[in-house]
Amino acid sequence: MKPAVLTGAHFMTGDVACAEGALAAGCRFFGGYPITPATEIAEHISGRLPQVGGTFIQMEDEIAAMASIVGASCAGVKSMTATSGPGLSLMLENIGLAVCTETPCVVVNVQRAGPSTGLPTLGAQGDMMQARWGSHGHYEIIALAPASPQEIFYQTIEAFNLSETYRVPVLIMTDEMIGHLSERVVIPEAKAIHTVSRPKARGRKDRFKPFAPGPNGVAPMAIAGEGYHIHVTGLTHDERGYPDMTVEGQEVMMSRIVGKIRNNLKDIIRTDSYLLDDAEIVIVSYGVSSRTSLAAVDEARAQGIKAGLFRLITVWPFPEEEIRKLAARVKGFVTVELNLGQIHLEVERSAGGLAPCVLVGHAGGTIITPDRVLKTLKEAF
Amino acid sequence: MNGVNKVESYEGEWMRPGHYACPGCGVAIAMRLALKALGKKTILVIVPSCSAAIAAPFPNTSLGVSGFHTAFETAAPAAAGIAHSLDIRGKKDITVVACAGDGGTFDIGLQSLSGAADRNENLIYLCFDNEAYMNTGIQVSSATPNGAWTVTSPSGSIGRKKRFMDIIVAHRIPYAATASIGFPEDYMEKVKKARTIKGLKFIHIFTPCPTGWRMAENLTGNAAILAVESGIFQLYEVFEGKRYQLSYEPSRLPVSEYLKIQGRYRHLNEDQVLRMQTEVDEEWERLTKRTKGCL
Repeated sequence: MKPAVLTGAHFMTGDVACAEGALAAGCRFFGGYPITPATEIAEHISGRLPQVGGTFIQMEDEIAAMASIVGASCAGVKSMTATSGPGLSLMLENIGLAVCTETPCVVVNVQRAGPSTGLPTLGAQGDMMQARWGSHGHYEIIALAPASPQEIFYQTIEAFNLSETYRVPVLIMTDEMIGHLSERVVIPEAKAIHTVSRPKARGRKDRFKPFAPGPNGVAPMAIAGEGYHIHVTGLTHDERGYPDMTVEGQEVMMSRIVGKIRNNLKDIIRTDSYLLDDAEIVIVSYGVSSRTSLAAVDEARAQGIKAGLFRLITVWPFPEEEIRKLAARVKGFVTVELNLGQIHLEVERSAGGLAPCVLVGHAGGTIITPDRVLKTLKEAF
Repeated sequence: MNGVNKVESYEGEWMRPGHYACPGCGVAIAMRLALKALGKKTILVIVPSCSAAIAAPFPNTSLGVSGFHTAFETAAPAAAGIAHSLDIRGKKDITVVACAGDGGTFDIGLQSLSGAADRNENLIYLCFDNEAYMNTGIQVSSATPNGAWTVTSPSGSIGRKKRFMDIIVAHRIPYAATASIGFPEDYMEKVKKARTIKGLKFIHIFTPCPTGWRMAENLTGNAAILAVESGIFQLYEVFEGKRYQLSYEPSRLPVSEYLKIQGRYRHLNEDQVLRMQTEVDEEWERLTKRTKGCL
């Protein structure tokens, strides 16, 4: 029997590091369904969860997998599922349910090239807008984009912490390259890992309102079996949790679930930078594409071009303000991503016409080479 | 290369070798035999699964008939749409065949198959059962037998394998049958018979998988025969959801004869094997009563 936190240095894939990160974060329920290239997360955690008192169940499809983690989390256990594009498409209705019912949970999307069955074994970053807007209705969501197995370990913990803090589903938008890449992963001691659990319901049980917001806009959460009466619904609901299908009810509920993210951007948004301080040309990238972008920055610098990298760790919410600030002082932006222009549009929108934005995109199936990034960068600026 | 979309046919064969299946693949044999029985005027609907890998990218494309690759959970409704369209256009001589594995039938495709069966859509549904998600690397399905190893049931599946024929028969479709690639003539006769019946025809085909069952690739045929001879997999037909007809009287070999050639059952102890034998005996009794009209 191995402990939940496998302290030590390991050589593992991104998928396995993701599963270990989940265990370290306190995840004890996983509802899975096989799909390339995310299957290894389910495979690994199916053997590990029983060792730490958790449960793995393999569901009959992704709809059921997503529904099961919403149920499990609602009843008090940190929960996760993992999939790829076609599976995420099936999960979206229940992701919306988790948004509306403010149920913390983590969904990993090891992206492969689409649309449809696409290239099941080859990576892409084509689901970024699907992560943002895939479920119906207007909402805010959090999505992270790890760039290495080591980072996926930590970001999976972060995903749980953010999800528990803000009672919102958090997506880990990794890709096949990172998922299947084996690298050194150092796992610290259990006591050095910071984990967060949802704000707990306290006080008189007969007066508890399950959706009355706390100071940061997030409502404390009652857990099944602690004596609180709760009513959870995907219908528009009031602070008591009961359906309130009125215009006013919709406005109140929506401003809470959107506001708790929008009013806490500073706490949620995470970015990274490389040689950005004096950069005149900013490469914006995330996930596997940010790795190849690093080499492009180095080569540009070697050729006397002042390039820098602005790496998105949280892709959603998008760091609009940071891009706008940069836009005021740089020559331009180059967005590098494995799709034909998704985050590029966000960069362009955030730059607000203050700096030109170009895309180095690719339909997926392979990485974007540093040479291509450098060539576009030199041509454009 | 010219004629990109045309696959040359061997005489009477509509699937050619050189495809992407693993050595000894039972599904590839099942697809080949089905197409041999159906002939050229067939549209094959497949889902992301081993069947899609067997249909394969060019130049390994193996299908000599037209194929339509739909989403995993929608083999039956996609085929139903094609069948309706052919009907509207007056094309009466084309057979629409939906193919899915056990995952695509027992699990993710169950809801949509049930809908198609309830509406009695005019198609043949072939379920190639290799008892796990083999295309993604051997994960447990609800067709995985109790106790069998898979990567997501590392100490043996806790499920009991759905009695899928009971589910489909409950829809009272005109024709439901089981078949094994170990009994090719029986299987092909059933496919031919299905082609002559209007409405939804369902055939559950037992297709051993050496890769996932942890056995040598030359044992596919043996496993397909032993499963039937031991009574683990029964060969029968059901007409209109009520009349059961036995296709083959097996010799009832001990189930251990079937289990011992497969690595996925290696961890079973004597008690577990005994329990499995008892269950097979009970299931056999149940079928016998049905074929005699007593149940």
